[in-house]
Amino acid sequence: MSIQVNHLSKRYGTQWAVNDLSFEIPTGEIVGFLGPNGAGKSTTMKILTGYIPATSGDAVVCGFNLNTDSLAVRKRVGYLPEHNPLYLDMFVTEYLQFSAGMAGVSQVKSAVEKAIDLTQLSPERNKKIGQLSKGYRQRVGLAQALIHDPEVLILDEPTSGLDPNQVVEMRNVIKNLGKNKTVLLSTHIMQEVEAMCSRVILLNHGKIVANNTLEGLKQSAPNDSLETIFRNLTNSHVGSI
Amino acid sequence: MWVVFKKEIRSFLGSFIAYIVMGVFLIITGIFMWLIQENNVLDLGIASLQVMFNIAPYILIFLVSAITMRSLSEERRLGTIEILTTRPVSDTDILLGKYLAAVGLIVFTLLPTLFYYYTLTKLADPLQGIDTGATWGSYMGLVLLAASYASIGLFASSRTDNQIVSLIISMVLCFFWYGVLSLLGDVKALEVIGKSLEWFSLDFHYQSISRGVLDTRDIVYFVGFIATFLGGTKLVFESRKW
Repeated sequence: MSIQVNHLSKRYGTQWAVNDLSFEIPTGEIVGFLGPNGAGKSTTMKILTGYIPATSGDAVVCGFNLNTDSLAVRKRVGYLPEHNPLYLDMFVTEYLQFSAGMAGVSQVKSAVEKAIDLTQLSPERNKKIGQLSKGYRQRVGLAQALIHDPEVLILDEPTSGLDPNQVVEMRNVIKNLGKNKTVLLSTHIMQEVEAMCSRVILLNHGKIVANNTLEGLKQSAPNDSLETIFRNLTNSHVGSI
Repeated sequence: MWVVFKKEIRSFLGSFIAYIVMGVFLIITGIFMWLIQENNVLDLGIASLQVMFNIAPYILIFLVSAITMRSLSEERRLGTIEILTTRPVSDTDILLGKYLAAVGLIVFTLLPTLFYYYTLTKLADPLQGIDTGATWGSYMGLVLLAASYASIGLFASSRTDNQIVSLIISMVLCFFWYGVLSLLGDVKALEVIGKSLEWFSLDFHYQSISRGVLDTRDIVYFVGFIATFLGGTKLVFESRKW
């Protein structure tokens, strides 16, 4: 198992952002984290990458417990946060070299070349990040996430704000990466999951309302489209706080 | 730590802040040293850098705060703090990298003033020379003072995602620890309390080192001061985990 989550909860003030979450993701799977805004997707991802600790429960990523071995987990996880934060005044290669250094990569040069290659960044590699289009910025974000060749990629809304062509390109890049990495990506668009993922974990109000393969989900309501299934599941389960 | 250090230095040099800080510092100290009537080295006729060492602490309050104002607040504003802290690097390494980069830049800014020192050795009475001990003591004091300011600045920038707020908090705190506390020592009504408070001021220990005597108590004070503010910074930086 790449990711094992046991009874994970996170409370902000009096509100439970994530409430008793348990799931497993086997190695080499692309899993879609689906749910409406505020469902707890980003919070879960922030916990899994070690940015914030959980209020209770624990998670094991690549065999290391996040509560006790956060550094070991961070070595093996690549993370693209929501809104793709970047240093706009840095050059693309400069930023990737910095990322490689921060990730503890020994062969910085070849790691940067590989990341540029995988994300097809080469036409824009000598520009400042601030000069890039949104699509290319997103690729830079993805490139920094996979600079240290992590076993697990955690991508928070990797395609949000992209135009339709860029969305398709981004999906292809991620699908390619998923051939030899475990990918957990979040989205609130059903088609996204259909296009990339083998399994979907549906969240609503901090709780899991469905954890199934796409086929399984379709079979559960053969007459409905995935979009309708999504809406039914997220409307009917109003969580208690 | 050095990865962060290198990145910070590059971003200083790329953002013009470094050049502005260096330029402003050298211009202002230069004006006070050589140009202001009645008070400059040539008019006073004393071969000493004291004029610069008296004015520099006040200029540095502004300049050091300007250097450190964005170091953590910008990461917060951009959201890059999330990437930074999810790398296999400890929070301490990130903060030390940023802190040392700021101190390094300040030391680099002070270097050109060695020309003043050289000029004075040439101008001084060949029989008496200039007070080397006091000069190097003052340089040492100035570096320690600036390093203390930098720890305040880093602390201020950890509190907010707004650079201007960070700048102002930092300047107020620096001025308090340098100026206000030492002024309290001069208030006669406060008597012993004022004198005790004065001991806590940066100015007290800066003046003490400036005399050219390295007193362990002063060094301990500065190291403790810096450690306290860096510790505070770490506490605030880690507060996301609470």
